This record gives sequence, C-alpha cells and structure tokens, in this order.
Amino acid sequence: MNDFRVRLEEERPYLLRYARLQLRESSAAEDAVQETLLAALAGEASFGGRSNLRTWLTGILKHKIVDTIRREARETTRAAPLGEDGEAQLDELFEADGHWREFPAAWSDPDASLTQKQFFATLEECLGRLPAKTARVFMLREHMGFETDEICKELGISSTHCWVLLYRARMALRECLDMNWFGKK
Amino acid sequence: MMLSCKEVTRLVSQGLDRRLGFAERVRLRLHLAVCDGCAHFVKHMKFIRKAVRELGTRS
Repeated sequence: MNDFRVRLEEERPYLLRYARLQLRESSAAEDAVQETLLAALAGEASFGGRSNLRTWLTGILKHKIVDTIRREARETTRAAPLGEDGEAQLDELFEADGHWREFPAAWSDPDASLTQKQFFATLEECLGRLPAKTARVFMLREHMGFETDEICKELGISSTHCWVLLYRARMALRECLDMNWFGKK
Repeated sequence: MMLSCKEVTRLVSQGLDRRLGFAERVRLRLHLAVCDGCAHFVKHMKFIRKAVRELGTRS
C-alpha cells in the first residue's frame, strides 16, 4: 500500500464513528465510509496536502451521508406522520396550564462535562433513545450543522414539522441528561 | 397574555432554528426575567447544542 492509502485507512475508525452517529444502521454507515475512502483515493490529487486530512475526509463523508439520507427519504416516502411518539411525552413535563411539573434546576458546571469521556457516552446513549426520524433531523441540524430549510427540503417535510421534531429531540435530550448525568452528581 | 412555560420551551427551541419575530422575543424576555426554571432551560439548550457539536471530535 502506498503512503496515502495507509493514512486513509488510519482515518477509517474515526469516519465510521462519525457516520454511525448520523446513520445508526451500521451497514449504511460502513457503505458511506467505504465510498468516502474510494472517492478520496480517486481524488488524491485534489487533496494535495492542502488541508487537514481528517477535515477533508469528513467533508466528503458528509456528502455521502446526505446522499444516503436522501435516498432513504425517497424510498420510505414519509411513512411516519407527525405522531411518531412525542406529544404525550411532552405533556408529562407540563401541567395542563403549561407550567412545569418540575422546574428545571441549574446544571452545575456543564462545561466541565465536555472534558469527560463518560459524558459523551451518556449523550450518545440519550441520542440512541430518540425515535429514528427525530434523531436524524436533530443530528443533521446539530451535529452536521445544516440549516433547517435544507433539512426540510431534503427530507420532504414542512418547516413546521421540522421544528416540532427538533423541539421534541431537545426536550427528550434535556430530560435524559438531567436524569442520567447532571442529576446524579 | 404571558407565555406559559410550555410555550416558552417551544419558542426557545425554534429560536435555535429560525430568527424569532420582535414580539416573540419581547414576550420571551418578559417571561425569562421572572422564571428561573425557564432561564435554566435556556442554558440547558445552549449547552446541548455545544455538546452535540463536539460529539465525535474527540476520539
């Protein structure tokens, strides 16, 4: 193997982790990474050592992930309507008049958590509990940094629906982190 | 009419995805000035955004 190939292989585990966060299903994630590495190999000249290899590969991978999601969105043609789960769960958090049942308490020194491996494991676990479609929209928005408009367009859903899914994801993550991380300390 | 906490959470979340209107921002600020629970909630939302962005960047 030449040197470039070796360096690409070294990035495979990182890329796979990245793809799994977004695609969950491991065969789809593996495919996206494989395609990325092949594309990188073919495009070695365009890399030319200009930027950080990992950054460059992640850029290609993002495109492959979006391709996968676009393909799946076409195939499943909006199977799950707004219901998914959501509203009932949200209602548990509030009284009928819209007051919190339990007021959110301050999280102590959250930034310190960002240096702890265990925190990110908890966060991933919480993400894993979200319904699939909710998680997908959330990760496109917050992990890959797409604008809401772009996400709606790709997935063929309205902006209102997008906002609802993002809202539910955030509420569920807040609860999950509150219970499994910040509440424990 | 004052926003309820539930409405506040919805608006705070939308504020992360779109630019809120002037009236929405005013009503939000009024509520947050007097409600510690929702003020904490806002901090939690900002923190979650930051944490998810950093997810996977440390291997």
